[in-house]
Amino acid sequence: MSRVDHAGLSAKFLAAEANAEFHDRRLWDLRMKRDQQMAMIPEWQDLRDRASAIKEHTLSQLDRYLEEFEANATKNGATVHWARDAAEHNEIVHRLLSERGVRTLVKSKSMLTEECEMRPYLEARGIKVIETDLGERIQQLDDEPPSHIVIPAVHKLRGDVSKVFARTIGSEPGNDDIHYLAKSQRDDTRPYFLDAEAGMTGGNFIVAETGAVVTVTNEGNADLSANVPKLYIACVGIEKLVPRLADLAIFIRLLSRSAIGSPISQYTSHFRKARAGGEMHIVLVDNGRSARLGMADFWTSLKCIRCGACMNTCPVYRRSGGLSYRAVYAGPIGAIIDPTFDLKKFSALPFASTMNGSCTDVCPVKINIHEQIYAWRRVIAEQRQLPFVKREAMRIAGRIFSSPKLYRLALKLTRLANNGLPRFAIYTMLNPWGHHREVPAPPVETFNAWYRANRGGRR
Amino acid sequence: MRVALFVPCFIDAFFPQVGVATLELLERFGVSVDYPLDQTCCGQPMANNGCQADAAATEALFLKNFSGYDYVVAPSASCTHHIRKHFDAIPQTEAVTQLRARTFEIVEFLHDVLKVEAFPWAEFPHKVGLHNSCSALRALKTASISEIAGESFSKPLALLSKVKGLTTALPARPDECCGFGGTFSVFEEPVSARMGYDKVRDFAQTEVEYVVSADSSCLMHQQGCAERLGLGMKFIHIVEILNGARA
Repeated sequence: MSRVDHAGLSAKFLAAEANAEFHDRRLWDLRMKRDQQMAMIPEWQDLRDRASAIKEHTLSQLDRYLEEFEANATKNGATVHWARDAAEHNEIVHRLLSERGVRTLVKSKSMLTEECEMRPYLEARGIKVIETDLGERIQQLDDEPPSHIVIPAVHKLRGDVSKVFARTIGSEPGNDDIHYLAKSQRDDTRPYFLDAEAGMTGGNFIVAETGAVVTVTNEGNADLSANVPKLYIACVGIEKLVPRLADLAIFIRLLSRSAIGSPISQYTSHFRKARAGGEMHIVLVDNGRSARLGMADFWTSLKCIRCGACMNTCPVYRRSGGLSYRAVYAGPIGAIIDPTFDLKKFSALPFASTMNGSCTDVCPVKINIHEQIYAWRRVIAEQRQLPFVKREAMRIAGRIFSSPKLYRLALKLTRLANNGLPRFAIYTMLNPWGHHREVPAPPVETFNAWYRANRGGRR
Repeated sequence: MRVALFVPCFIDAFFPQVGVATLELLERFGVSVDYPLDQTCCGQPMANNGCQADAAATEALFLKNFSGYDYVVAPSASCTHHIRKHFDAIPQTEAVTQLRARTFEIVEFLHDVLKVEAFPWAEFPHKVGLHNSCSALRALKTASISEIAGESFSKPLALLSKVKGLTTALPARPDECCGFGGTFSVFEEPVSARMGYDKVRDFAQTEVEYVVSADSSCLMHQQGCAERLGLGMKFIHIVEILNGARA
């Protein structure tokens, strides 16, 4: 796969001024609301420490806790399946559906099924898949992936949604009233719950002690997906585990506050067993997670609870949009997870960062995101995945900066160029700096020259 | 106390007055300052791009120039951050770990080491907006940040509060990154410029005459954006004000 051109895709995103402006403002607003919620909880930093410790403990003994979860889920009456990778996940799900003659699957949002590219897999085998959450449904109808892990269509304005709905579900063209649009989607989607033979959810958490799959949602579609059809399938990554029910409380307190700045979500549901007469299946998916667990610099990225706070605060994500990452996971968390899937393809993403560090400071489970971004840059350079221009620039810079003579000569040449070249040459030839910015005017002399002249070269 | 002055490459080339102000300011407080003439760069540009091997010789030269001092002081949080947290392209000998621990950014050196009480020569009767670089804020922690609840403090503001006539204004997003980011400013030009535009427009809303920062790299980027947008504010390094610069 060729390298994602994040800079080029960002330029396209920014060219749609109204969308770009709204995107930044909307997500910054969530960051502010998150700050307000944090301010109301004096023990916030303590909660982050505890959440981080619980996750690190669990990950360090993942095999034991996973088996405990399997035993308790089985005791509850659910069936647990193990999927090594995306292909096995999709096969398991397809087998469960096809064995029972399922033609329509309703589902609530799951980033894992995006990661496994499950929808196209099932649709190619004649099974209709209906996303039921508003944002995810908008993206499905527009044939686009989610751009944000919590707010999948946050890059769209209401007018964009109005157009998508008018084209796909027959809403009134030009009507961009938010309540009308939400109702149109609901009216369109609700009947599928009654028709579908199977329902699917992801899982925000699974609890080893209770064998439960826990979803944290606002629209309630996870509950409908899990309870209305006879067959319920939950697909969950193996890192979503917490040991005890008591541990979960800490994460529930952190999750909604970090994600959208609300103290709690509308629904926190624990699914333990199928409804009367039904079946519940849980597919536990690895898909690269075990390998990540073995990476000394990057394993703590598995602590992630997918709240999206790092995306909301990231000044680069806010101004480039999730789709510019061309990956299932965008933003800071994406920049440190995506390279584990395909280093070359996603090698530009750790460079789509100013290393400002805000992501690390909002992360409710204290993942050192910006430090991992820095560490990925080393891996990418070592694996010779830097673009040629950058690699050469750094090689030359390394030579110049390691020689006082070459360095002085280079400064002299830069000054000659800046003083001698006409404006059009500086602004079109030198580098992209001048596309939107003025180049600083070089002063009459360097500090070094000033010092030699005024302080006599005293050492 | 043996103190060496490190004047980072872009300050050497584009903002020599910042180096001069740092030197003079330290001397005003009786500090005897050495300026090793063969200094170039700390290695950050290469290291930040993952190019450890390319950074090694530059870091070795830095060590040669600056080892043996009680303190190395630089008017740049960004470079200080690199030296303190990332300077590991060369073997971590005793001399290297000492150098890393003894390197200070000028604001923290004035505030924490010299514990400066007053700048009697400084007078700056202007409304200024303070821009803390992300290195200053989130790495060196010279001020509290909005992401973490807790007692609010600001070493640069504490210093600026001792300057006669100076008033400050707070933009809507005081600790949002301005988008410079080193080579990010060139390789991710569209987002970098957009962040810079948003930053200087935010300052423009507060009607400040000057944007002041302890990092010339952020200032260079913001100034480039402000000039292109035709915004009238000026940009100045904090040491220039503390050293008694007049408008």
